[in-house]
Amino acid sequence: MSRNEVHLRQKLRTYKRTPGSFLVMLLVMLSAILTFSVLIFLIVYILVHGVPYLKPSLFSLTYNSENVSLLPALINTVVITVLSLFIAVPSGIFSAVFLVEYAARGNKFVEVIRLTTETLQGIPSIVYGLFGMLFFVTTCGWGFSILAGAFTLSIMVLPLIMRSTEEALKAVPDSYREGSFGLGAGKLRTVFRIVLPSAVPGILAGVILAIGRIVGETAALIYTAGTVADFPKNIMSSGRTLAVHMYNLANEGLYMDQAYATAVILLVLVVGINTLSGVLAKRLTKA
Amino acid sequence: MKSRAWTEKFMQGVFFIAACASVLAVVLICVFLFANGLPAMKEIGFGTFLSGKIWKPKNDIYGILPMIVGSFYVTAGAIIIGVPVGIMTAVFMAFYCPKRIYRPLKTATELLAGIPSVVYGFFGLVVLAPMIRQFGRTMREAGALRSSGDGKSILTASILLGIMILPTVIGLAESSMRAVPIQYYEGAVALGATHERAIFRVVIPAARSGIAAAVVLGTGRAIGETMAVIMVAGNQARMPSGIFKGIRTLTANIVIEMGYAAGLHREALIATGVVLFVFILMINFGVALLNRRNSHE
Repeated sequence: MSRNEVHLRQKLRTYKRTPGSFLVMLLVMLSAILTFSVLIFLIVYILVHGVPYLKPSLFSLTYNSENVSLLPALINTVVITVLSLFIAVPSGIFSAVFLVEYAARGNKFVEVIRLTTETLQGIPSIVYGLFGMLFFVTTCGWGFSILAGAFTLSIMVLPLIMRSTEEALKAVPDSYREGSFGLGAGKLRTVFRIVLPSAVPGILAGVILAIGRIVGETAALIYTAGTVADFPKNIMSSGRTLAVHMYNLANEGLYMDQAYATAVILLVLVVGINTLSGVLAKRLTKA
Repeated sequence: MKSRAWTEKFMQGVFFIAACASVLAVVLICVFLFANGLPAMKEIGFGTFLSGKIWKPKNDIYGILPMIVGSFYVTAGAIIIGVPVGIMTAVFMAFYCPKRIYRPLKTATELLAGIPSVVYGFFGLVVLAPMIRQFGRTMREAGALRSSGDGKSILTASILLGIMILPTVIGLAESSMRAVPIQYYEGAVALGATHERAIFRVVIPAARSGIAAAVVLGTGRAIGETMAVIMVAGNQARMPSGIFKGIRTLTANIVIEMGYAAGLHREALIATGVVLFVFILMINFGVALLNRRNSHE
């Protein structure tokens, strides 16, 4: 860019001649500053108010009204995340494999799948929650349970995993496939031994993004996994995740300190998860 | 050799079935929502349900117009606040940002998208709502308002949603501006336009359908947002009478009352979900249309 370098004084002189442009430039700068300062303010505010309340008692093994421990919610979150991924990851990866490796170009069915994944991506979480309540909780008769919550969330993150896997598979050069075929490997062997392993960072980035979505989800869980605040006995018992726990604390208004502390933990978890995903995605583009 | 061919065929079937999962999910969601929501709508009467101004489940009066208007107001507010700031920030990211700070800022916008809606809601509850309450009080004392409200209002929800749609708008608007060939910009500058004029009169018009898609997608986010809105909008199920008054959205209506609803009340709430779902489908359709046009251009 050095050949286009304009000195500050020169720039100011131009702006003096075109006050309209100067005004627009100011507006652009102001907007950018506003956006990033809101983000910084939000994070700093929650950290400053929440960190002092991060006490060991928050992680105690018993939950009662005197000590609203968040450990049960944390465990529920982990269980629901693992279960949802257990359902969503294989089906997401397999359907992406079908779309990229098997489906013929211009296949009508592929168009349908594209359309439905786009639709799924746009559906708000409360609609997923309603559907989960109607289907898994009532029709399947599972009641408010961790299982129902996990199934609901797995549908919610399915398009995310599909899309990222698709992108990752498309990024694998065709020469890999041709080389594998040339050595006598079948289609299936090529997919599992050559294509999928080279697409792992991209797939992982998508999966981690899905974890972030699950950890932060509330609306889809209230009427599927329920809001019981204690440790789950099994996957058929109701349990609230951290985000639901936080919503209840803030809404009741009785345990604001703990709500701040939970917000810190949620924020740190989600930020960490997203950063990890970003790092993996970057490694993919480098490779 | 025969068993290998069989495995190939079998796994191909497995992949195909997995690919059907998303289709199946959409079909199931549509069937279950409509099957459970439409009967209630019919029983109440489509007209009364959609245009009734009173929602009193205790008296079996179900009119969701206040909630439709509520969703419309907060979404419009979010667009008025979020879209200009978002597009301007996208311009900054694409044309002004020094290279050295681009990566951290890009990460920051992605971070903004990752923050859970409860955390946004909580932030709105403890920071924005008191601020708006104070602002309303000052306005009342100045004689500009008759009643100031408690801070949980259309305005609060609009500001919060405006913040929440920022990452969607910024991300998509930026990428659509970057997709405009650099020659457009260079040509404009060569003809004597300033940096700003080249961007706003040449590049942005060329990127308009991508920017439009960003705005529509942001609208979808705002209309579907639930938890954050519940925490800051006040949730009174009545027609709105000012931006400092509380309001209830379609999404909030479902979450707030589903816990204790039964019978027709419960079905009316599911029907509320159906109305929301139809709105979202229409928005999705709009986005798909805009994207198709993008890829054709």
